[in-house]
Amino acid sequence: MSAHTIATTRSATGIPTGRLAIWWVLVSEIVIFGGVLVSYIMHRLGHPEWGHQAAHTNLWIGAFNTLVLLTSSLSAVLAHKAAEAGNGPRAARLLFATVGGGATFLTVKGFEWTEEITHGMTIQSGGFWSYYYTAAGIHATHVLAGMIIMVFVAMAALKNQALHRVELVGIYWHFVDIVWIFLFPLLYIAK
Amino acid sequence: MATHAHVAHPAEAAGHGGHGKQSFFHKYLWSTDHKMIGFQYMFTGMTMALVGAFMAYVFRMQMAYPGHPVPGFGVVSPGEYNALVTNHGTIMIFWVAMPVLIAGFGNFLIPLMVGCDDMVFPRINRLSYQIFLLSTVVILASQFVQGGGFGGAWTAYPPLSAGGQYNLTKISATMWVIAVALEFVAFLLGGINFITTAMNSRAPGMKAFDVPLVVWMIVIASILFMASVGPLIAGAVMLLFDQLLGTGFYNPARGGDPILWQHLFWFFGHPEVYVVLLPAMGIVADVMTVFSRKKLFGYRTIIYTVVGTGVLSFFVWAHHQFIAGIDPRMANVFTVTTVVISIPIGEMLFLYIATLYGGSIRLATPMLWALAFIAEFLIGGVTGIYLGSSGADIYFHDTYFVVAHFHYTFVPIAVLAVFAGITMWFPKMFGRMMNEKLGKIHFWGTVIPFNLIFIPLFFLGAAGDHRRIFDYSHFPDLARPELQALRILATISLLVMLSFQFVFLYNFINSLFRGPRAVKNPWRSNTLEWTTDSPPPHGNWTKMPNVYRGPYEYSVPGRAQDFWPQDEPA
Amino acid sequence: MSAHGHAAAHPAHRNYVKIWAILVVLLVISVAGPFLHIRVITLITAFGIALVKAYMVAKNFMHLDVEKPIIHWLLAVILLLMVLLFAGVAPDVMKDVGRHWKKDSGFHALPPEGHPAAGGEHGDGAEGR
Repeated sequence: MSAHTIATTRSATGIPTGRLAIWWVLVSEIVIFGGVLVSYIMHRLGHPEWGHQAAHTNLWIGAFNTLVLLTSSLSAVLAHKAAEAGNGPRAARLLFATVGGGATFLTVKGFEWTEEITHGMTIQSGGFWSYYYTAAGIHATHVLAGMIIMVFVAMAALKNQALHRVELVGIYWHFVDIVWIFLFPLLYIAK
Repeated sequence: MATHAHVAHPAEAAGHGGHGKQSFFHKYLWSTDHKMIGFQYMFTGMTMALVGAFMAYVFRMQMAYPGHPVPGFGVVSPGEYNALVTNHGTIMIFWVAMPVLIAGFGNFLIPLMVGCDDMVFPRINRLSYQIFLLSTVVILASQFVQGGGFGGAWTAYPPLSAGGQYNLTKISATMWVIAVALEFVAFLLGGINFITTAMNSRAPGMKAFDVPLVVWMIVIASILFMASVGPLIAGAVMLLFDQLLGTGFYNPARGGDPILWQHLFWFFGHPEVYVVLLPAMGIVADVMTVFSRKKLFGYRTIIYTVVGTGVLSFFVWAHHQFIAGIDPRMANVFTVTTVVISIPIGEMLFLYIATLYGGSIRLATPMLWALAFIAEFLIGGVTGIYLGSSGADIYFHDTYFVVAHFHYTFVPIAVLAVFAGITMWFPKMFGRMMNEKLGKIHFWGTVIPFNLIFIPLFFLGAAGDHRRIFDYSHFPDLARPELQALRILATISLLVMLSFQFVFLYNFINSLFRGPRAVKNPWRSNTLEWTTDSPPPHGNWTKMPNVYRGPYEYSVPGRAQDFWPQDEPA
Repeated sequence: MSAHGHAAAHPAHRNYVKIWAILVVLLVISVAGPFLHIRVITLITAFGIALVKAYMVAKNFMHLDVEKPIIHWLLAVILLLMVLLFAGVAPDVMKDVGRHWKKDSGFHALPPEGHPAAGGEHGDGAEGR
């Protein structure tokens, strides 16, 4: 049940409609993450003592997760390259690899948080921890949402359908990666 | 089953999946057609207006006759009073003004006015309404849970909103946050459709400055919304965690700060008023030009001004926090920006008045509403200057002066402009004409009492009536008979105004089924929606239009007709 | 919808694996930085590199450099908006203690609901907010 309208095919700006829309989605997401991060940053700057709490985040897990997301961004953009060449099945495989990267990220985070919570570092245990779980939690929700959408796009791509969406979901995924690129130093390195 | 005749739909080139006759479910409940989704938003919004109005009725009765049982409700307890004022404000802004003005008119008008067959993402459009409907269910349900509806004011300041032991409405406090968050998501999704469709899907030949003002306004409003709501969504998640998980984002005893919420809220809250103002001004402009047969004075100037106002609207928010304990040096900054922002808005109203000047004015019902908008909004804007000056605001903050000010801005936006739009586009939406006489009766029966409600409130506010007080008999200096007389006057006027809304309801419903059939272009307007049938078919046109000129070519010298439709070749 | 309709497809795809390799190297440097225990170096390696990595992902993976200017404007404006948010809020929220003031909850917080002492006395009048 595709709803192809004439409206979707027009492009007065020269930017394909789907891509234009994704950029607007990112604009709205920047302000959401911006709100959390601005609040966090100003509290960190004003509360140097939060460094004591922050010292307990695991730098290596954070770094590993950063590596995972960077690699998943690679597979996402390679998927785009394949889709542009018209190779739907290859694009789909690369998208599934990206989803796998996301799943790895979330699994690692699950273990990380379990470890931290069982050691008494819960969302209520301090100002830093409240922001830590909230910011990373909102990010993780976006990772999950991206994975779900990516699965749908990949399944269509397997049949060489809607290949333009590979690029679009990729752009969203790169954004999620960029948010983490900033979360990593903010939550793990700044001590 | 009877064989169903395949209704020959105006077949569209890019295939609408070849709908034959659609089932009730597909046509009315599961539609992806922008017109139907627009109606869904509009009818939901108008129903919620009844809910919000009922709440106003109850608390105004309590103000006029404190302690007496209110017919249809009973005695109003302090907690119930708080819930009523909280949810009245919340519902009117998020479940009436926004859905009707932005999603209702936006969905219906944008594809038609830019000359395409639907929005660019019809299924996301449908999803946005479904999320909105869910949010509506949540906010309505929250009125009936244990403890009653959320009673922490529409601004939901913590610690009151974060602590169930303070607001005494713990369950509904959380439901309120969730409902508002869902509404935000719905409008973010919808906004992407409006913006992308208007940017990309214009008819061949339609340049940016050939687009009717109302479309520009709804698009800019959607952008303003999108840019301002993010921090509040973040803040709402944080409030939810404070409510449910015992975090201390807004709790000073735990390293947080309640003022953070205020900033996050008003960073959104101020642009939000422009989010609702802009579509209203767009509707008024498009009504005014048609009913004065005159080109919009300064169309491009208005657009540049609106963009400038939109930018400036992000620099004024702390005027809501002058006495909250913000840094006084910031108060200076925000006073200056607030007073400055009145300049572009004032300029726009002058441009509207200049549009009228020398026009061939026809006082049909839509025009009456548009003219009333200009007059009443001017009062609202001017009284805002008092409040924007931090010195005067020390006295006026949280008094009824503020209430009167924002109703003199909000009612023109959410009531006067909406009725202007409904009476103007009803023929196109439903293929019938509304009754003019009833329309005029409804108009006067709304506007005159409206002033009699809120002018007394200015005086009461200046006399010291604080907001959100459920019974003034506890305050000797305010319990004076002359002040109580003003409160009673306001309440009686509200009752009068509400009763005249039945005239509208009757007119609307009766015309829907039995009004005279409308032609394509009953108002002889230029814009594209009037070139197709009333109501437009699925896909809007059999042959998509091309555009040859701007939307406001009225009374062009040398032409026989006093209007010149956009799609007519030169 | 097929994969055409890109008004301006990028001329040729870049070497994405090479970009990825650079990103990984940068990641390693940013992780190593703190071990020198020099604050300025940590800041540069942590946040400076984050900016560089973000720029590289945006440019090379999101193809932002060949995107139309309107998109650049949108992103720039929205990021500036976040700076504005910080500037307007930080004076009130960032610190607990100023030169002439100190943040104090100003009233005695009630225990959460369900606590034995709940429903008792309320804090003394002053709003403190």
